[in-house]
Amino acid sequence: MEELYQLGIKEASELLSSGEISPEELLEAVLKRIDEVEDKVKAFVTVTKDEAYKRLEELKSADSTTPLYAIPLAIKDNICIKGVRTTCSSKILENFIPPYESTVTERLNNKGYVLVGKTNLDEFAMGSSTENSGFFTTRNPWNTDCVPGGSSGGSAAAVAAGECIGAIGSDTGGSIRQPAAFCGVVGMKPTYGRVSRYGLVAFASSLDQIGPITKSVYDAAVLLNVISGHDHRDSTSAPVEVPDYTETLKENIKGLRLGVPKEYFIEGLDREVEDSVKEALKVLQELGCVVKEISLPHTGYAVATYYILATSEASSNLARYDGVKYGFRAESKELLQMYQETRAQGFGAEVKRRIMLGTYALSAGYYDAYYRKAQQVRTLIKNDFDEAFKEVDIIVTPTTPTPAFRIGEKVSDPLQMYLNDIFTISVNLAGGPAISVPCGFSSEGLPIGVQFIGRHFDEETVLKVAYNYERATEWHKRRAEL
Amino acid sequence: MKYEAVIGLEIHAQLLTETKIFCGCSTRFGSEPNTQTCPVCIGMPGVLPVLNRRVVEFAIKTGLAMNCKISSYSRFARKNYFYPDLPKGYQISQYELPICENGYVDITVDGVKRRVGITRIHMEEDAGKNIHQKDGSLVDLNRAGVPLMEIVTEPDIRSPKEAAAFMRKLRTILRYLGVCDGNMEQGSLRCDANVSIRPEGTEEFGTKTEIKNINSFKFVERALEYEIKRQIKILNEGGKIIQETRLWNVDTGTTQSMRSKEEAHDYRYFPEPDLVPLEVSKEWIEEIRQSMPELPDEKRNRFIEEFGLPEYDADILTEERTIAEWFEECVRLGAKPKEVSNWMLTELLRRLNESGKEIHEIALTPQHLVDLLKLIDNGTISRNIGKNVFSEMFASGQSPEKIVQEKGLVQITDTSEIEKMVEDVIQANPKEVERYKNGETKLLGFFVGQVMKASKGKANPKVVNELIRKKLS
Ligand SMILES: [Zn+2]
Repeated sequence: MEELYQLGIKEASELLSSGEISPEELLEAVLKRIDEVEDKVKAFVTVTKDEAYKRLEELKSADSTTPLYAIPLAIKDNICIKGVRTTCSSKILENFIPPYESTVTERLNNKGYVLVGKTNLDEFAMGSSTENSGFFTTRNPWNTDCVPGGSSGGSAAAVAAGECIGAIGSDTGGSIRQPAAFCGVVGMKPTYGRVSRYGLVAFASSLDQIGPITKSVYDAAVLLNVISGHDHRDSTSAPVEVPDYTETLKENIKGLRLGVPKEYFIEGLDREVEDSVKEALKVLQELGCVVKEISLPHTGYAVATYYILATSEASSNLARYDGVKYGFRAESKELLQMYQETRAQGFGAEVKRRIMLGTYALSAGYYDAYYRKAQQVRTLIKNDFDEAFKEVDIIVTPTTPTPAFRIGEKVSDPLQMYLNDIFTISVNLAGGPAISVPCGFSSEGLPIGVQFIGRHFDEETVLKVAYNYERATEWHKRRAEL
Repeated sequence: MKYEAVIGLEIHAQLLTETKIFCGCSTRFGSEPNTQTCPVCIGMPGVLPVLNRRVVEFAIKTGLAMNCKISSYSRFARKNYFYPDLPKGYQISQYELPICENGYVDITVDGVKRRVGITRIHMEEDAGKNIHQKDGSLVDLNRAGVPLMEIVTEPDIRSPKEAAAFMRKLRTILRYLGVCDGNMEQGSLRCDANVSIRPEGTEEFGTKTEIKNINSFKFVERALEYEIKRQIKILNEGGKIIQETRLWNVDTGTTQSMRSKEEAHDYRYFPEPDLVPLEVSKEWIEEIRQSMPELPDEKRNRFIEEFGLPEYDADILTEERTIAEWFEECVRLGAKPKEVSNWMLTELLRRLNESGKEIHEIALTPQHLVDLLKLIDNGTISRNIGKNVFSEMFASGQSPEKIVQEKGLVQITDTSEIEKMVEDVIQANPKEVERYKNGETKLLGFFVGQVMKASKGKANPKVVNELIRKKLS
């Protein structure tokens, strides 16, 4: 048998419910794994070992048939959990303990999960490598000289390293899918509005969405089942019914129409990535899908549009970290100086860069040229997808232009770093669901991901394609060696 | 040169909802600092606003009462600035697409009717309060997130007196609707004014100043008068008005410069991404329209037509909805409208003023007044005794019958009893009798007074009058 820490949610649940393993054995295996490899991976900002054991005690009197009963999960550290330090990997929130629970973790709680820790991210989810974390950089379990991707790099690395059975991340411009691709795991961004954002520390409110990072597509469906659905505490969460994704994904995909956007196969796309995705398309054709080329004509504007809108919202969302009410404060006699010092010392360079960009874009005299224009382009990008989905059911693209890059390689060039999200960003702007699934390895042994994008609130089809593809391939069975 | 003032007002009205605009916290006034707060209204990381439907209803009500167009699609926006009492670093307000636009309110000043345009009405959240102490400042966030409505007028107001009249009318409307208590002194109604002057007869606007901190009805007029004089003086001396924000200072009775246009904030407004656009259905607007009370103007006109009241009476009685309803209840119970109006305008309003009470807080009921009027009408007591009984009723809330009985105030109409008293008075005042008989007839009042005194006011004055005339002729 596989080591227990290598199990996914589905297998672990089956062994637990058949009584072959106990909740204690599973938790101990995961915590032991963290002890062994965490020094190398550095996925966690906080490991909640004591709380996890306490939680197991609590679960003894709980319903053991719930879908996440005794399943050890890791949660990205920008999601608030009552009584557990939530830092956003920022010095400014280093000691912040929320007095409230996010809707997502409340729903996970109700279904019996066990929290093993809060995972590292780029500060306030701003970045693609975790190198912008205010604390430390997480390592890619497949090659610890490489980044795990970001911003949910901690969650993806923890899943890939067996430091948890599954994890939750958040995706604003690719922050779930890109690290999932880099770490060889499954990562899904649901439709904007599918999952409540209540308790998710906002980076860019109109783009942020919480989603699962798991060892299999089926596991992603299990988590999505639990965390989806309307929440009265989040006005932007949609009152749309949630199907049982673990059932719908098993459906046949024969005759499904797949679109391949020509704008995504561009210069700068790594040859091995391109080959792997084309190989994946062949597999899908063999499964009965029809592949055709499509066009998303405004793709070239996506990164610019994203960096105006996301930074504008961020400049406002991060105004509350002013040293007055909670978090870090630089003591000072003068109010203005207190504000300046608190924010100068509390925020890292990338966060400051984005606050400045966003403040500029919203300023009087520039608003029309930047923010308003970007909103208009966002509509065009959304229209591109709407048009494409008249002809196809799923759009297939590489998740990232390259496999994981080396730590430090792109730190000094923010633009190069931003281009890493070029294939994922459009989906956030358009709002639909997308998943990244392992589809190969580079010659250096680094994982490669393929992205399936679906219509708004059509997570079913996205998961169905991903599941069928996964069953036809072996990529997801490989484990990183540490 | 003769100048004309051009005034536009920006009013903030605190709404009388039970809970805050974006969370479930209570809006109650005067609690311990930071006890009426939650993660949402203190701006903790990751929390989200949820719009209180009641606030929208109140704004729509106000818009309808002020003849506005109600937008079927409106948006919230963020107004960004740093201040310790603003927990999120932005205020959620409305900017490009407010809930109500293009309305008007009619006012009457010195008998002349004027129409003041309403540019827009929008919803927003209040900030908290900074409390400054010797060794530092504290922040109380109980008020953070309390719903406000901002009402902006067109620059249609031409004098401080009109501005004051507008504010009173606005207060009346808001109180009729029950959306705001209209208390300027306590800050639940706040008024900022944009003021400029121009040569009379010209159309072009002069440079305006914005006057803030006008915190009572009395000061609306005084602050504007001062500011207009200040501007006229500058122009007469060949100077230029600077566009700026000025603070009204109660102590000095002047306005003082606060910040110039160059120092004005850039609030970086943008659509609030945490709230979906607000869509208001025609059905909902209609439902709210149906639930609206009769408005002051309608009520006033009806009082004149239906009850034959003079305009003066109708104006005063309809200024407060509760007063008007009290009046109507008396009429419904069978009293003569003008009689009721007379008693209310004199006795009742004076006593309310003196006691500082609202009409719903007193023990006196419409039935009491109606019964009192009956006792006077059927001659049980005199009008003068009636005033004493009213005073007693106001204080104790007892019925007039009971007061009249307990204090033995029933009017004496028995002629023989009164005749005896008249004779006594005539005997006791021979000099005055002499003078009266010599033609000093105005002494009649003196004799009546003496008899009334002797009867402790209970003698029927009509009977007394007749008897004295008879005896002295
Ligand atoms: Zn609250």
